[in-house]
Amino acid sequence: MKFNKTCLALAMTAVFLTTGCSSTDEQDAGLADASQGTDASTSGLSDGSMSGSQFGSGSGMSSGSHLGPEFSDPNNPLSKQTIYFELDSSQVKQEYVPVVAAHASYLASHPNQHVILAGHADERGSSEYNIALGEQRAKSVERMMKSQGVTAAQLEIVSYGEEKPAVSGSGESAWQQNRRVEVGYQ
Amino acid sequence: MILVTRILLAGLLASLLSVAQAAGLTIEITKGSQTAVPIAIVPFAQQGTVGNVKISDVVSSDLGGSGFFKTLAEEDMLTKPSEPERVNFKDWQVLGQDYMVIGQVVGNGGSFNIQFHLFNVHNGQLLMGYRLTAGANELRRAAHHISDLIYEKLTGRKGAFNTRIAYVTSSSRGGAKQYMLQVADADGFNPRTIAESPEPLMAPAWSPDGSKIAYVSFHTKRSEIYVQTLATGQRESVSSYHGINGAPAFSPDGSRLAITLSKDGSPDIYVLNLANKGLTRLTNSLAIDTEPSWSPDGSSIVFTSDQGGKPQLYLIPVSGGKATRLTFQGDYNARGRFSADGRSLAMVTGNGGSYKIAVMDMASRTVNVLTDGNLDESPSFAPNGSMVLFAANKGGRSVLSAVSTDGAMQQKLAFESGEVREPAWAP
Repeated sequence: MKFNKTCLALAMTAVFLTTGCSSTDEQDAGLADASQGTDASTSGLSDGSMSGSQFGSGSGMSSGSHLGPEFSDPNNPLSKQTIYFELDSSQVKQEYVPVVAAHASYLASHPNQHVILAGHADERGSSEYNIALGEQRAKSVERMMKSQGVTAAQLEIVSYGEEKPAVSGSGESAWQQNRRVEVGYQ
Repeated sequence: MILVTRILLAGLLASLLSVAQAAGLTIEITKGSQTAVPIAIVPFAQQGTVGNVKISDVVSSDLGGSGFFKTLAEEDMLTKPSEPERVNFKDWQVLGQDYMVIGQVVGNGGSFNIQFHLFNVHNGQLLMGYRLTAGANELRRAAHHISDLIYEKLTGRKGAFNTRIAYVTSSSRGGAKQYMLQVADADGFNPRTIAESPEPLMAPAWSPDGSKIAYVSFHTKRSEIYVQTLATGQRESVSSYHGINGAPAFSPDGSRLAITLSKDGSPDIYVLNLANKGLTRLTNSLAIDTEPSWSPDGSSIVFTSDQGGKPQLYLIPVSGGKATRLTFQGDYNARGRFSADGRSLAMVTGNGGSYKIAVMDMASRTVNVLTDGNLDESPSFAPNGSMVLFAANKGGRSVLSAVSTDGAMQQKLAFESGEVREPAWAP
């Protein structure tokens, strides 16, 4: 056993020395391998010069600053600008029907007023599916508004899915507040 | 005694790449494999200039994190040899090791000569001997290269330690949210921001050659799909239709993107030709069709659809035709992603309000659930198919996790602050 180990060590040293200086075949194999390494480095180089870029913020119109006092009167349904939904549902709940109706009636009598209906989902499930779910919610509100005389030109839809939660954290109370459509006056 | 040994000289070119270490990043193995092979990575001896990376630590972390190996803690080592003739295999046999790696790093100004040997501890056989040279800023890359060599030698599969990942972070700065699309090494080091916006960024997808990333930006307060070239930072808006522009996925030849658009009503799958921006509609249903992903042979696309009431995965030929339903178990199966060999499909599977990562074997169509989280999403295969990267929720915060495809090992990549989501492993 002990002898074997010494033998092994000696043999290794020998191989080391010979391959180290004269074995061109293996050197070639090494070079081939090295060129792979170089490829990696090259892509590393491009990483190095990888330039990040800052997107400017959007049009940044402040929502609702020009609206009348009825929008801040807590007894007026127009003061509610968020419509909440059940899990995996895009149906407007009964309690929010008067809210949607109030906004629809206001918009129908103010044909130059535009709104963005922003649909959102809670964090559960996959993010792109949630984008689709958020859009369905916004479309439900849009349909109700259109049926009450709001024109297509007044309405715009966007879905943020689970990307912009109103409340961070997990659990039913956060999720309830995140499954929503926000009516944003422009 | 015949010893077959290869001493290879791998020269890694010095680069000007500045190494930005991941501030506050921790990698934590949250579930260890019972069947992992014991391997001792002896701390490499250091001579001359000392680099800012401990090669043997990186190798140990790579191999230990792969799920296939269990590395021996440094404090349990009886000796720390760095030369083959100094190794007493009995010391390592009594510690229950199967393999061991020894090495040396010789620093010479800005360059480093690294040498390592891999042994079978049971018979003392030298399995591999390499020498490589790396610049001061390439030590992590060199270490990952060593991990790849050892991994391939011992498992017969290519390593994926020298690869990259993309992901989206979000954090609040003074009440305002900031979203960042970042690219980092597969172990989370060297993160670089490639896009930044106060509005959401999502769904990063790599081009097959790793040179570009497609993603969705909401910076105009509408969704828009961009393709950005990593080397130059140049980006092009390729889809800004009315409604949803989402879920981009490159075709295996890189010439097309499968995307989700809702411009014609409900969300459907389209194929966008990147050269002429021509669109082909692939699905046409009143349901939600989204999250397309190409089979590696480019012949079909897997997507999520709720046409049956609940979201399930379907497969449709790229040439058009009828979609075939793939998933039948559970009430939620979404976001399918093929492994590079096309044999496995990773997905999010939901049951009773709990969402986990599962893998379907395409030949038998059997589904194996890999994770035990409640809010796991966005699975993405390592290029060698050994692991699946995904987003998990730990303590109310989004973190990245990786699980071995047999489910035996799981590790967590946690950043100091903010949320990390939507990971995509580079090809």
